[in-house]
Amino acid sequence: MAETGPAVAAALRNVIVRYPGRAPLGPVDLTVAPGEIVALVGPSGAGKSTLLRLLAGLEKPSEGTVSGGAGHGRTAFVFQNATLMPWAHIQANVALPLELTGLPRDEARRQAGQELTGVGLGDRLSARPRQLSGGMAMRVSLARALVTQPDLLLLDEPFAALDSVTRRRLIEDLHRLWAGRSPRPAIVFVTHDVEEAVYLAHRAVVLDAATGRVSATLDLPGSLPRETGWRSEPRYLTAVERLAASLAGAMGVTGSAP
Amino acid sequence: MMRLVPPVALGLLLLAVWEIACRALQVPSYLLPPPSAVAVALVQRAPLLLSSAGITFCMAFQALVVAFVLGGGLALAVSLNRSAEQAVRPLAVALQVTPVVAIAPLVVIWAGLDHADRAVVALAAAVAFFPLFSGVLTGLKSADPDLERLFDLYDASPVQRLIRLRLPSALPFILEGLRVAAGLSVIGAVVAEFVSGSGATQGLAWRLLESGNRLRTADMLAALLCLMIMGLALHAAVGAAERAARRLLA
Repeated sequence: MAETGPAVAAALRNVIVRYPGRAPLGPVDLTVAPGEIVALVGPSGAGKSTLLRLLAGLEKPSEGTVSGGAGHGRTAFVFQNATLMPWAHIQANVALPLELTGLPRDEARRQAGQELTGVGLGDRLSARPRQLSGGMAMRVSLARALVTQPDLLLLDEPFAALDSVTRRRLIEDLHRLWAGRSPRPAIVFVTHDVEEAVYLAHRAVVLDAATGRVSATLDLPGSLPRETGWRSEPRYLTAVERLAASLAGAMGVTGSAP
Repeated sequence: MMRLVPPVALGLLLLAVWEIACRALQVPSYLLPPPSAVAVALVQRAPLLLSSAGITFCMAFQALVVAFVLGGGLALAVSLNRSAEQAVRPLAVALQVTPVVAIAPLVVIWAGLDHADRAVVALAAAVAFFPLFSGVLTGLKSADPDLERLFDLYDASPVQRLIRLRLPSALPFILEGLRVAAGLSVIGAVVAEFVSGSGATQGLAWRLLESGNRLRTADMLAALLCLMIMGLALHAAVGAAERAARRLLA
């Protein structure tokens, strides 16, 4: 990957975030290669979302440097909720990032329409967010993130609120959308679901709540997008067990139940 | 339509009891005239009452516009700067808790005795100011924090953020403030007219004062009825606008 384009899509180096009245987060080092999918796993309160916001440039570290993603306008973010503007139809919602960056409205809407077609909502362009199911709203949110052709896509537990069938389908969609782009964007995906992490990523990074540091990094087996039946492969199941053990370690140090 | 039947029936029943009681007990009409007398007064004085209602409505409406421009404008300015909000809020609250009756004589002097209508508008605007200021400010800060982050991410300008995110998010709060302020502006206009009342303004409050001084109680009740209808109409109009906006945003 290093030969084509920049070698690093995003990086945190020695990053520390201090909070008033709480243990600090970090120091954390995290490098994401172009086109790589990284799952950021950890118990709640470990600082996963904070790391994601640092990568997006939405928050500043107390110490250390953030490079790549932040501030160059090619970073996209998908929040835990679909976070759509309820007063605007979904095409306008998806066109928003393009319009904010100065693209004429007609062109922005046209590209938004294409992106929505890509996530399977091409026939619902004038629907309002409240008319959509949770899964569809999240697809709109995904389309809005992809419409700017980002190099770095940050997702903060985007499918946590969905039922497991919808969640699996959206992960397949995410893989398909990722694989269909050239160049493929790097993805950092925050989750607390071990199976989801192992299924969707090249690499899992475990964040420890007690120390505020990365406690383990696991390279995950298999190729992306996943082949059918991958979930019953021994390699997949073994990786799930390994990651579950790492995560249990990251939680065990706190001495409290999850 | 069917849900209108019970309140109308109750209203008619109360009117009937009132009418019968007045006649049976021979209540003096300066104390409590029967509804029929009020109806006669309403018809006889209709032209005068209508023009007075028009005057009161105009003053209340001007006050609402002034309060909206000042309250909304100030809230907009303050929403852009946290320390400005901390500076302004106590002043706004101070204005809110000071009774309008108490500042009325002062405002009448400032407006000039020849311009009683200006004093009335200013006082009514002072009453309507706070709900609008507070509503607009709360609304402007009510946008989904994740949407705010999205606007951060794409380096939205303050104007883009205001027009595309904060104003649409604020709309229900603004309309709620407007609904409260519309009622208050009528109350403010009436109270202010009472206080400044020298006949310089010919609104409904003056009709009330005038009729009261002559013990023409039926005329008073007729004027009161006009005020009530005006208040209800205003409330209904703003309420309809609010519901329409909420449908749009839901």
